[in-house]
Amino acid sequence: MPVPSPFHERTAKLCTSYLWKEWSGYHAVRSYDTVIDREYFAFRHAAGLIDVTPLFKFDVTGRDAGRFLARVMVRNIAKLRVGRVTYCCWTDDAGKVIDDGTVTCWAENHFRVTSNGPSLRWLETIARGFDVTIRDTTAEIAVLALQGPEARTILQKATDIDLAKLRFFRAANGRLDKCEVGITRTGYTGDLGYEIWTPNENALAVYDAILDAGRQHMIEPCGLDTLDVVRIEAGFMLHGIDYFNAKTCLIEDQKSTPYEIALDWAVQLDREPFIGQAAIRAEKARGVKRTLVGLEISWADLERLFDEEGLPPSVPTHAWRDPRPVFRDGTQVGQATSGVWSPILKKYLALATVNAPHDTEGTALQMELTVEFERKKVKAQVVPKPFFDPERKRA
Amino acid sequence: MAERYDAIVIGGGHNGLTCAAYLAKAGRKVLVLEKRHVLGGAAVSEEIYPGFTYSVCSYVVSLLRPQIIRDLDLPRHGLEILPLEASFLPLPDGRSLTRWSDWERTRRELETFSPRDAEIYPEFGKLMIHMARFVKPILDMSPPDPGSVDPRDLKELLKLGRSFQDLGPELQALKYKMLTMSAADFLDEWFESDALKGVMSVSGIIGTFLGVRSPGTAYVLLHHYMGEIDGAFRSWGLSKGGTGGVSMAIARAAEAFGAEIRTEAGVSELLMKNGEARGVVLENGDEIESKLVVSGCDPRRTLFGFVGEKHLDEETVRSLRNYKMRGSSGKINLALDKAPDFSCRPGVGRHLYGDIAIAPSVAYLERAYDDAKYGKPSKEPYMNIVVPSLTDPTVAPPGKHVMSIFIQYAPYHITEGPENWPAKREEWADGVIDVLAGYIPGFKSTILHRQALTPWDLEQEFGLTEGNIFHGELSLEQLFFLRPSPQMARFRTPIRKLWMCASGSHPGGGVMGAPGMLAAREILKAKAI
Ligand SMILES: Cc1cc2nc3c(=O)[nH]c(=O)nc-3n(C[C@H](O)[C@H](O)[C@H](O)COP(=O)(O)OP(=O)(O)OC[C@H]3O[C@@H](n4cnc5c(N)ncnc54)[C@H](O)[C@@H]3O)c2cc1C
Repeated sequence: MPVPSPFHERTAKLCTSYLWKEWSGYHAVRSYDTVIDREYFAFRHAAGLIDVTPLFKFDVTGRDAGRFLARVMVRNIAKLRVGRVTYCCWTDDAGKVIDDGTVTCWAENHFRVTSNGPSLRWLETIARGFDVTIRDTTAEIAVLALQGPEARTILQKATDIDLAKLRFFRAANGRLDKCEVGITRTGYTGDLGYEIWTPNENALAVYDAILDAGRQHMIEPCGLDTLDVVRIEAGFMLHGIDYFNAKTCLIEDQKSTPYEIALDWAVQLDREPFIGQAAIRAEKARGVKRTLVGLEISWADLERLFDEEGLPPSVPTHAWRDPRPVFRDGTQVGQATSGVWSPILKKYLALATVNAPHDTEGTALQMELTVEFERKKVKAQVVPKPFFDPERKRA
Repeated sequence: MAERYDAIVIGGGHNGLTCAAYLAKAGRKVLVLEKRHVLGGAAVSEEIYPGFTYSVCSYVVSLLRPQIIRDLDLPRHGLEILPLEASFLPLPDGRSLTRWSDWERTRRELETFSPRDAEIYPEFGKLMIHMARFVKPILDMSPPDPGSVDPRDLKELLKLGRSFQDLGPELQALKYKMLTMSAADFLDEWFESDALKGVMSVSGIIGTFLGVRSPGTAYVLLHHYMGEIDGAFRSWGLSKGGTGGVSMAIARAAEAFGAEIRTEAGVSELLMKNGEARGVVLENGDEIESKLVVSGCDPRRTLFGFVGEKHLDEETVRSLRNYKMRGSSGKINLALDKAPDFSCRPGVGRHLYGDIAIAPSVAYLERAYDDAKYGKPSKEPYMNIVVPSLTDPTVAPPGKHVMSIFIQYAPYHITEGPENWPAKREEWADGVIDVLAGYIPGFKSTILHRQALTPWDLEQEFGLTEGNIFHGELSLEQLFFLRPSPQMARFRTPIRKLWMCASGSHPGGGVMGAPGMLAAREILKAKAI
């Protein structure tokens, strides 16, 4: 039975659709309304407010905190300075990805790691010999994400932190409506946005203050169904959907390396030893077998396939997560694991894992598509991610 | 006079009935002879106290082969399995741990004991399921004869060997650990919470005369995961109307295929002609002839009881004597005025809609074993409890309940000698109820009726030699082509035309039906009838 998040009192009243799902053991709103358009456009044209408390959180403190996390992560966290956030993944000894998330350096020797799955045991296993303390703070800290072009304006009305100075992937501590909060300029929407971290007891006050501040700026509470649409537009993969925790995979083929999930930019190989380093280095030398890429499905071809059946083209209104085979010239070369119709780009997008050498930009592929219960192959092209990448995200 | 039957099956336990049903389905003329007034053997339901139906012995259905359910069309003949929702572990310190079918809920509960264990629990489960995948085919195949030159046997053996090689070095290592380690030691490598390790380790010892720290018990843990992968997903459950429901469904299927079934027809000995089994002699002296006899009783009862030691060769006698049947468990069934209310988790919640374990720690279980080793019933035993009336309205009057308590260790060989069990029975049962009452305030005053079954009773009433619930321990050296002995591994016996089809044969005990099905398949394959 899922448990309510610290924001539940508010979100439950607003959720007129009664559409909920379970997220890491919490009740989470799928969408506040039965259609998601209003929320989607809030994210992209104004601001959406979403409860992301269920993310797992681990606070790492102590003299060796940075060095220890550098040992865990594929990125050299030892170099992460106070007030900065980074995103990366971590692997097992064989260099297979276990989870991904952000790491924030809140203060000297105080880091916070977020992850999709429970990770305390894994962190502790590696912590032996380091002067660090690891605490699971998942159930103590409430987190909201405020995302969209109006996010800064809204949040600035409520907080004393100077947001003009808070650059992309930075963190700051301050107050929001009398409550102590931490704010990071991060998010899962690929847009201008912030995440607000506060002890559970402040949750409702913070929620009310942000909603109040956003009243005249078209703020909307948003749910997970909408988040799933915008994260695909942003080209963000999802743990458990687009790749899997190596520790619970049954066969090797289900596991991924950092390169395979296109996190090559996050891997810092030439430094002190870290978990998986040798394997990742060997893989790099050998060449990567497959990559998680962006696919754009050809609208013209989609239209043609529907037309063959005498139908107008139809596209999904929500993101899908049931994997679909991807072909090159009739031979399967991979699978698309999530996809969506992007209402603002007017494009049908998918994230797919494709074998080399068919994973290079511009490669012409096909994706399976059913029209009237008939299996068809629709043209799709490997395109760069993010699909949607507005200036304002970093500005 | 020509025999009226192709085969006589001795014993209407669920395996005997399964064997009969398959033989009848293949067009053979079959007669089942059951000593008791009801069918089912250890898988039986009886209304011992008016209005209350007990699953007298076996109480949960776990590994009933899905293939049998399909082949015999058991749902049409009344098979209904109700799922178990949770696994509840009350603890003497006032805490409790419930594992639910809802994983996130389980994770939250585990986290209060150990967040580390909560994190690795699904990893462990995946690995076990993975391992079980390699062991499971064994359940559905007749053991090969290692000394045989029959190419079919060798092919199967090779296939099995190959699948084990496919395990890869990491899983190979794990396999050897599971084959050699104790359940508790193996779990120590994964988990830190004593409560979790205690309750998980018991699946390694049920029905054996071993402790959770005895080597080899790790392997039996796998059986627990087997049900997850054989297409009988969520197959752990309660049979509606009690476990006898399974046997009755099989009996109806057998009858529908033309088998004849008689109760209160105990067999006293085999009818032998020229060293071959040619029928049976009933306890009332009647003789019934058949082309072949299949015994659904345990190996010792079959060969020592129906044939007699003096007709057997030295080798057979020795291997049967060595075959370990030392019973280690007992059973108490209760009729209750109201549902049990545990002080550590008050209220009649969903946590009771599954199985309840009294297994608070590894040390508790090992101490329970210590008593048994020296011929005493455990002062504080392991208990596995179900309250089927919470899910099944047919077994008790409205608002009232039945409780089934499986108890280990209650050794057959007590220091006073097994025949002295009846004198000790009620005192033993009082002790068990005292322990349980420590968890359930006011428990004793809710008991309307009590049926206590010691290993001695299991032997006398149900024909389970030495009270062994599985017709012989399910320990490694008594499995596969070693069950019950290499010479008798393939459902055959040293007596021509005498076959075996019950839990003493591969793949062993439990309400599985596999020995019955496989024996019928072997008999037909050998064109024995
Ligand atoms: C207390 C207890 C609890 C158990 N709990 C579980 C459980 O929860 N889950 C599970 O899967 N398994 C459980 N088991 C094990 C399971 O019940 C047995 O392994 C299984 O029922 C045995 O079936 P069988 O057909 O092989 O033999 P049996 O059921 O033993 O059948 C043998 C039959 O032969 C009959 N017979 C004996 N002598 C003669 C004779 N001279 N003439 C004619 N007939 C004769 C007997 O009356 C009996 O009907 C439990 C067993 C016991 C005793």
